[in-house]
Amino acid sequence: MQKTYSNPIYPYRKSPDQDAASAVHHPVIIIGAGPCGMAAALDLAKQGQASVILDDNNTVSVGSRAICFSKRTLEIMDRYGCATPMVEKGVTWQKGKVFFKEEQVYEFDLLPESGHKLPAFINLQQYYFEEYMVNLIDKEPLIDLRWKNKLVELDSQGDGNQLKVETEDGVYDLSCDYLLVADGANSKIRSGLGLESKGQVFQDRFLIADVVMKADFPTERWFWFDPEFHRNQSVLLHKQADNVWRIDFQLGWDADPEEEKKEENIRPRIEAMLGKDVEFELEWASVYTFQCRKMDDYIHNRVVFMGDAAHQVSPFGARGANGGVQSVENLAWKLARILKGEASPMLLESYNSERQHGATENILNSTRATDFITPKNDISRVFRDETLRLAKHYPFARSLVNSGRLSMPCDYRNSTLNSIDSGFQGGLEVGFVCQDAPIKIDGRNSWLLEQLGNRFVLLVNPETLADDELTKLAAISDDLEVIDSRTLEDPEGLFAKRYALLGGHAYLVRPDQYIAAKFKQANVSDVSAAMKRALGFNLEKAQ
Amino acid sequence: MSKLITDNHFSDADAFYASLTDAHRELTPEDSERLNARLILLLANHIGDKQVLFEALDIAAQLEQ
Ligand SMILES: Cc1cc2nc3c(=O)[nH]c(=O)nc-3n(C[C@H](O)[C@H](O)[C@H](O)COP(=O)(O)OP(=O)(O)OC[C@H]3O[C@@H](n4cnc5c(N)ncnc54)[C@H](O)[C@@H]3O)c2cc1C
Repeated sequence: MQKTYSNPIYPYRKSPDQDAASAVHHPVIIIGAGPCGMAAALDLAKQGQASVILDDNNTVSVGSRAICFSKRTLEIMDRYGCATPMVEKGVTWQKGKVFFKEEQVYEFDLLPESGHKLPAFINLQQYYFEEYMVNLIDKEPLIDLRWKNKLVELDSQGDGNQLKVETEDGVYDLSCDYLLVADGANSKIRSGLGLESKGQVFQDRFLIADVVMKADFPTERWFWFDPEFHRNQSVLLHKQADNVWRIDFQLGWDADPEEEKKEENIRPRIEAMLGKDVEFELEWASVYTFQCRKMDDYIHNRVVFMGDAAHQVSPFGARGANGGVQSVENLAWKLARILKGEASPMLLESYNSERQHGATENILNSTRATDFITPKNDISRVFRDETLRLAKHYPFARSLVNSGRLSMPCDYRNSTLNSIDSGFQGGLEVGFVCQDAPIKIDGRNSWLLEQLGNRFVLLVNPETLADDELTKLAAISDDLEVIDSRTLEDPEGLFAKRYALLGGHAYLVRPDQYIAAKFKQANVSDVSAAMKRALGFNLEKAQ
Repeated sequence: MSKLITDNHFSDADAFYASLTDAHRELTPEDSERLNARLILLLANHIGDKQVLFEALDIAAQLEQ
């Protein structure tokens, strides 16, 4: 069926490890070359840490899966170096329409905030997203990506892991200090270790169809509640790259997935929706049920779960891959520093606590959207329908209409890695992710986020500090770079507005661009203490 | 600290009560349910404050009191 894209086939290559007399050891092995496994390898490489990825397949994602990638995900990809092809290929839309029964109830324009390098989100097929990551990985000497290598046996101990890996040349052994597991929602590794991902299955089925339209269709997101052409269900239409349109039909629990997937049954649905004269070709169709669930603890000995294996959400609000990549970036800088002996081994536990919080927030948002789209009982349907009717005339009701909320990065305001606010008022808060702003350095256009990440940064306005203070601050650690805010020209005044750095003020920014501490009057002892805390050394004392 | 006003705050309690029941008088139970839903949504937005709304929900949910 698929015409606009053909999956690349990546070659299996025999590794010298397969001929070794005994298991070759690697500090980090990653299972799964999906968005999360690949992000982990790219992020570790940015922190100077080598890794091996094993994937049992030899291509990128097949068919219709994720399409909506949020700004934060793109910022992370930009730090790795692959956001540009994604944004160029992806579709950005701003306008949306909401329909109820036979009429349009309202339309909206998202009008994104200006002064950010990357758009609020893009629509891009998951296979392109992954392909651009593979292209980058191919150029990265610190990553050894092995296609057609399947993990078949795992012995996990407190101090490391023994692996058996199956290839077309037979089974070979490997060992590693840390095993990062991103083998997807139905993780066999998780169940093999007797671990569970717990939550809720929604009693509903969705037909996800990708179609190529012959005619011009506006680049807008259309969402129908209970339309005439598909009574009592919802339908979503939006655009992806290559003129491919994604259509989600809610089918209800009793639908037969095999029947619904047949082209002869899909065509009439789409014709009823778009009109008989709209020409289209079907690219791909699948039927899904959705779940929201997570593991209670992502860490088991030295096995660390990531992505859908660790936490899974229904796609309303596009938080699966987006949330997954954000978990990965939380983990990578910590693990790299633990392996180098620069952080407390206990720092790893903060990956679990910070991202349990992230997953809970993502699951909450996805569940709320799912409940609005599929009311759970009669009275919920009454409230839903009246909300939609009121939305036609009264703007307030539009804020209640929930067909998925845009994925936003969660904050870690209660994280144990944070240092208490020191009286620096305004700007960004501790535990929040840094915001972008257009800047100039030596007269050259740049972006603030391009200056942050991969190491600690102290963003400081030294106006009221002693002359030698900057030098002293810079000497705190090789992993800390001091950036004097006066070297950043601020052509639109947005850096000043977003960060409010007055004389003496400073932010300590983690390698994942989150704010670990703020200082009213930056000084060596407070900054070193905050950095130690962000590296988990206070967790040891607490024990 | 409770924020929800539970002492009399109506400018004309009798008139409100009469129009509330009048509005429902001719309606089927289904339409009554719809009217109630619309009224709750409109008033909830007017109040806006999360704490007030949650306190009201809490009292309303104590059906046996
Ligand atoms: C219809 C639909 C729409 C979606 N829309 C969105 C969206 O708009 N936005 C969004 O962010 N998310 C969306 N998602 C979710 C998104 O697709 C997933 O969250 C994402 O793919 C998870 O990535 P992952 O790397 O954890 O796992 P996966 O992508 O599932 O990758 C797992 C990889 O592990 C490999 N593997 C498995 N077992 C082994 C083994 N034993 N040895 C070696 N390799 C192994 C597999 O071959 C695979 O390559 C959607 C999902 C669906 C189904």
